[in-house]
Amino acid sequence: MSDDAVFEFLHSELINYIISQNEGKSKEGKDEDLSNIEYIGFSTGYRIIERLTKEMPRFKDELDTMKFICTDFWSALYKKQIDNLRTNHQGVYVLQDNSFRFLTKLSSGKQYLEVAPRFVAFTCGIIRGSLANLGIGCLVTAEVQNMPSCKFHIQVQRT
Amino acid sequence: MSRASTRFDTKKVNSELVTLTYGALVAQMIKDLDNTEDVSKQLERLGYNMGIRLIEDFLAKTGTGRCLDLKDTADKIQSAFRMYLGVQPNVANWSAAGDEFSFILDSNPLTDLVELPDELKNLKYCNIICGVIRGALEMVQLDVQSWIVQDQLKGDQNTEVRVKFIRRLEDAMPAGED
Repeated sequence: MSDDAVFEFLHSELINYIISQNEGKSKEGKDEDLSNIEYIGFSTGYRIIERLTKEMPRFKDELDTMKFICTDFWSALYKKQIDNLRTNHQGVYVLQDNSFRFLTKLSSGKQYLEVAPRFVAFTCGIIRGSLANLGIGCLVTAEVQNMPSCKFHIQVQRT
Repeated sequence: MSRASTRFDTKKVNSELVTLTYGALVAQMIKDLDNTEDVSKQLERLGYNMGIRLIEDFLAKTGTGRCLDLKDTADKIQSAFRMYLGVQPNVANWSAAGDEFSFILDSNPLTDLVELPDELKNLKYCNIICGVIRGALEMVQLDVQSWIVQDQLKGDQNTEVRVKFIRRLEDAMPAGED
């Protein structure tokens, strides 16, 4: 038996709640404010990674950490691995998922393309939160061009 | 579908993911709404929205037919608890009229990693469960009321979810159709 459905419904209700909270606040023509969804993801990612990695040896380097995110971490959360990982070796990583769990339930045409950011904001937060806990401060943005595939851009911040 | 390989116990991760996400969401709500009463209400509504969809998933996966009486319904909900929450509650405390009963949970995964601060003692953290039950049953024409009687978060022995049957809903035909 699985409780995958519970998480999926919870995720969509969470979006539903945040969006309804935003109603009335938003100004015409501006992008929707998804920062609260991202923040919920951040807190979740920050905590879950700690529980997952507590028995594991330290990662070799940044790339090793990213590989872990793309394989084990992603499979545990999203039932598949990241399909493609690219990096310029200067702190920019692009993770591509060709069939992202939260987008596969939507029509793959153009119809819902404009609401797609809602469904990836939580995951941006998850990535940012887990990397933050592993000592890598970064910015995460997502890009959806063709449903249900999604690209996450991670920009590591060096100080 | 073949499962992608991972060194983690996916089931456990999934359940922790739900717990943590729910916790973060509740924290956000407390920030948004200053009244704990409103938060509880909102959580129930959220559960309701999930319930009206979960029932469909439940029926599809289990292929159950009609329930003959409320006892039957209670059994079905019991198995739904096991499916979705991973714990099997006991059905107990039937009222004399047979229209009210309780689910007793020895452990509640939803509150596994949770601690309530003193100023939030009247928050109904598990209200989402009540909402799910109400939403799910409404979709099978049962109007019920559900509330939390005991809560481990507040130091009780068990978590007890009470369900009260109100009435059977009749299908309302759209106007102009027979």
